[in-house]
Amino acid sequence: MPNQIDAAFAALADPTRRAVVERLGDGPASVSELAGGFTMAMPSFLQHVRVLEGAGLVRTEKQGRVRTCTLEPLALAAVEQWIIERRRATEARYDRLAKFLDAQDQENDHG
Amino acid sequence: MAEAVHDKFVIDRRFRQSPARVFAAFATEEGKARWFSGPNELWDMVDRHFDFRVGGTEHLEGKWQSGTVTRFDCSYHDIVPDSRIVYAYRMKLNGKPISVNLCSIELLPDGEGTRLLHTEHGIYLDGYEDNGSRLHGIGLQYDKLGETLPD
Repeated sequence: MPNQIDAAFAALADPTRRAVVERLGDGPASVSELAGGFTMAMPSFLQHVRVLEGAGLVRTEKQGRVRTCTLEPLALAAVEQWIIERRRATEARYDRLAKFLDAQDQENDHG
Repeated sequence: MAEAVHDKFVIDRRFRQSPARVFAAFATEEGKARWFSGPNELWDMVDRHFDFRVGGTEHLEGKWQSGTVTRFDCSYHDIVPDSRIVYAYRMKLNGKPISVNLCSIELLPDGEGTRLLHTEHGIYLDGYEDNGSRLHGIGLQYDKLGETLPD
């Protein structure tokens, strides 16, 4: 498979970076706006943004002091998009499975 | 000309819960409904069927707000309780087969928790023609599904 798929998937195999991509799906945002949703230090967060940028998923642009991130429309054929989608949907489901199991634990603790 | 594109991927995840607990989330209809799909204002369930046993089938069809209809047709080929699930599934987009995938889920004890290995081989067909932008939309909507699940 093309390297671009592997790079995109490697970048999306991390919950923070998936959350950033999901947020950018609603429109461009500045790095500080994006970082506000996470508890990590700014340098660590910037590292995640750089990985997304390196994988061609996100474009960043600096205007004055503000760096704005935009979701890069993937220059991929439909089949490649669909393959990424299968992988990403599976990752997202396992995120939900983890939340569900943790919620079950909490119910049992309180029950 | 009809083409088939092949791909394989592995997802390696760790859960705090035991293999028996993780397995139960795949094996029961109530459990699976909590994370495999969910109620959403963007997606209406059209058809659901769940028969988790070797030779059994599972279907899930939904209509997105955009009008796109997706259908998941799965058949279970091997089940070892608390340990392994092998299934094959076909995805349809607006009635056209778009991919056929073969998956194994291996649940390995890892301390008190579970290491889950999801290995998926895919054959990607041509039902996606001209649907590139729509697929991207589905991906974004799909993730929103999770946000509405009660935690």
